[in-house]
Amino acid sequence: MLPDVGKEGFLVTEKVVKRFDEALAVDEVSLSIEQGEIFALLGSSGCGKSTLLRMLAGFEKPTSGRILLGGQDVAQMPPYERPINMMFQSYALFPHLDIWENVAFGLKREGCPKDELKRRVGEMLDLVQLGDYARRKPHQLSGGQQQRVALARSLAKRPKLLLLDEPLGALDKKLREQTQFELVNIIEKVGVTCVMVTHDQEEAMIMARRIAVMSKGRVLQVGAPQDIYEFPVNRFVADFIGNVNLFDGHLSVDEIDHCAVQTAIGEVQIGHGVSGALNMPVAVAVRPEKIEISKTRPSGVDGNLFSGRVKEIAYFGSYNSFLVQASNGQKIKITEPNTTRHDLSDITWEDEVFFWWSNRAGVVLRD
Amino acid sequence: MPGRRFVIGVPYAWLLIFFFLPFLILLYISFVDMGNEVHPFQPLWDAEQGVLLLKFENYWSIFRTGPDGALFQTLYVESYLRSIVYALITALLCLVIGYPFAYFIARSAPETRLILLMMLMLPFWTSFMLRVFAWKGILSDFGVLNQFLIWVGVTEEPLRLLYTDFSMLIGMVYVYLPFMVLPLYANLVKMDFRLLEAAYDLGASPFKAFWLITVPLSKPGIIAGMMLVFIPSMGEFVVPSLLGGADNLMIGRVVWDEMFIANNWPRAAALAVLMLVLILVPMMLYFRYGVRDSADGR
Amino acid sequence: MTNWLNKHLGKVWLALVFLFLYAPLAFMILFSFNSTRQHAVFTGFSLRWYEALLADTRIVEGFIVSLQVAFVTGLLAAVLGTFCAFVLVRYQRFWGRTVFSGMATAPMVMPEVIIGLSLLLLMVGAQNVFGGPERGLITIIIGHTLLGMAFAMVVVQSRLQEVDRSIEEAAMDLGARPHQVFFLVTLPNIAPAILAAFLLAFTLSFDDVVITLFLSGPGVSTLPQVIFNYAVRGINPTIYAAATLLILTVTLFVVSYALWVARSTRKRQREMAQALRGGA
Repeated sequence: MLPDVGKEGFLVTEKVVKRFDEALAVDEVSLSIEQGEIFALLGSSGCGKSTLLRMLAGFEKPTSGRILLGGQDVAQMPPYERPINMMFQSYALFPHLDIWENVAFGLKREGCPKDELKRRVGEMLDLVQLGDYARRKPHQLSGGQQQRVALARSLAKRPKLLLLDEPLGALDKKLREQTQFELVNIIEKVGVTCVMVTHDQEEAMIMARRIAVMSKGRVLQVGAPQDIYEFPVNRFVADFIGNVNLFDGHLSVDEIDHCAVQTAIGEVQIGHGVSGALNMPVAVAVRPEKIEISKTRPSGVDGNLFSGRVKEIAYFGSYNSFLVQASNGQKIKITEPNTTRHDLSDITWEDEVFFWWSNRAGVVLRD
Repeated sequence: MPGRRFVIGVPYAWLLIFFFLPFLILLYISFVDMGNEVHPFQPLWDAEQGVLLLKFENYWSIFRTGPDGALFQTLYVESYLRSIVYALITALLCLVIGYPFAYFIARSAPETRLILLMMLMLPFWTSFMLRVFAWKGILSDFGVLNQFLIWVGVTEEPLRLLYTDFSMLIGMVYVYLPFMVLPLYANLVKMDFRLLEAAYDLGASPFKAFWLITVPLSKPGIIAGMMLVFIPSMGEFVVPSLLGGADNLMIGRVVWDEMFIANNWPRAAALAVLMLVLILVPMMLYFRYGVRDSADGR
Repeated sequence: MTNWLNKHLGKVWLALVFLFLYAPLAFMILFSFNSTRQHAVFTGFSLRWYEALLADTRIVEGFIVSLQVAFVTGLLAAVLGTFCAFVLVRYQRFWGRTVFSGMATAPMVMPEVIIGLSLLLLMVGAQNVFGGPERGLITIIIGHTLLGMAFAMVVVQSRLQEVDRSIEEAAMDLGARPHQVFFLVTLPNIAPAILAAFLLAFTLSFDDVVITLFLSGPGVSTLPQVIFNYAVRGINPTIYAAATLLILTVTLFVVSYALWVARSTRKRQREMAQALRGGA
């Protein structure tokens, strides 16, 4: 996998490999992360993201490869010598120390003089708005408060790199939404480079500037959230992020500015060329929200217009979700927002409907 | 990490020197000949003749009285067998008494459980020898129990309770009961009692559910408890000394007598080695089942 | 019927077993105040046995010796036990791990006669080779420590396994070197278990008879030794007085410890409930 081309990396991993006995947990991962950006490692459990994070922190040593932070190879350095700090998934607050001592812990190990220590700890606690709780012990705080202490503690030493391990995993949904923005604000305010690990794509898309999608130890795609969402590089990424409809077929037309793929559902038109051989097997990915649905045949639509029967309907409050069975038997996912009350409520099960999408909605995937 | 070698090394060295080495010496001594006043043992290796002087007689004399004596008729064999039987009975009695005890504590409310456990352990924290000693007083011919039985009219003459099998077993069960209860408790308290509810739901009676579900699930605790009682009680010394008579000689006492009264250290060593061999299998059973659920002494 | 049995069988059984367990204790306490040597009939209240107890130098000396031995044993056993627990919990793979684990736990199960005898042989051998140590306090302490260490290890091990490993990683991440991690983070969190281990080893040592008998030398007697020598000879109510004092002391400690634990648990629960109500 090629590193991100063209940017001077602040944190660079060069072909990092981690092998545990027989199992290959991280397979030649090369990444280049810019200073000050929030970068997410996204994937389901077992994809290697946590192992990679632990290697960045220093709790695992790479089997081979280099890890460069500001040009310095830190791969063999023990965690207590690295200018890197981590916020743990379980927060890992020291239960026998109060909040103030928890935050001060790292600074004390540095030999920070008393006055400066006081000032910086106070600064950190104010940053996360827990100044009044300084003398409380972790078990006297709620989950959200504990998380803020963990964050303050990990920022106290002004690390060059901040690592977040599933930062929102322990919080319930409502709290999660609130905290996502708070976290980003604090991190951007401090200006520290941040690598986070998560299995939740929403979390990654909201919080990170760029995302690396990982599977089976390899990085499949690196890019900004919209790039990954709109232009997934392969099936796995397309399917992993959000929902997607995949149409397998063969490239039937390929011009500079448009192409077409012959699929089981019919001919699908795409508004850009792919420079591939004719008849090569490809798949077209179309997101459910890009498909429109109606009981009446729409006028003025040519291309990418198909029909089917509604098999399932689900109401999600802000949008409707339909599962439509096309004439070839394939089930298509379609979502439509509820822009006015009782919109589209005239569509019901077993209705014959038309569905269509613009030729700019689909993405051609080669594998 | 260099620290790692130190941390592992210190306890390892201690154990090798004070646990492993003594056993090697024990084995060694069991093969040498008894010596004179200055040297308690003859050497194992005759430097002049270059011959290994293994005295197997130490072992053979355990099994037969003389070169032509009948096999397995010795005092030693008797006391080994007796020890095994006593230990077995003690373990079983502890199981029968201790299992329901542990079960009912495990099923009590969490606050009560702690109090009950403390009440169980409190006697344990007071000297065990004193408590065994007390039984001497209770069971003697002029002791409380006999007076009570006479008063109630069960008997007219005081019963011979002391220095019998009965007093021995009471003493043994008394001392070893917590060692059975604790591993059982540790196991039962972790059990999910909703499994029983599921069984009731499917039509099983409480009695059946107990035998088909609770007991099998507590198997590790039962084995751990049995071994924790059986193995040490086989070599029990204090209880037979205080509450047992001449007929109740157990192997622990025999080893002592051989060491300090007959002054035959090699044979005492041989007896001890044999005891080790006998408890080897039960010990392996314990390590397999008990190490995770074993008593933590609280 | 089954319901009544279910409800009350438990309590009945518990009561009977507790009766069995406490009968000797009650007996000794009662008869320590008896005015005569009789141990079946209570002839009258008297403190004569307590007087005799305090006057009996052998018992008093034995008590002091036992305290000293038990204290040193407790410390050694707690330290070594913590080492063993740490090794077994933190280091999953090292050469001879099963052997180590076996050696550390075996004294807990083994008959004391075997331990006593083999240690005695070691001491005698050491005397022949090195000229020491003399049988006495040191040899007794070594024997007791071997036993106490096994129990101490189990206590500390169980607590160590509960401690969240990530706090140790967090400490390292924040700049603490491995030995700092142990003393600043791990140790404070297992301290209660180490204290419990000390107390357990102390009790086992204070109470030990068999290993002591094998390993002690002339002129040194622990309290159990003294009592054992009295006990094989016959009934002596002075012993009951000693027992009563011991029971009272232990009960005092156990009850106050239980109350302290209950109070701090309640306090902790209150604080946690407050935190939850206080909001995020």
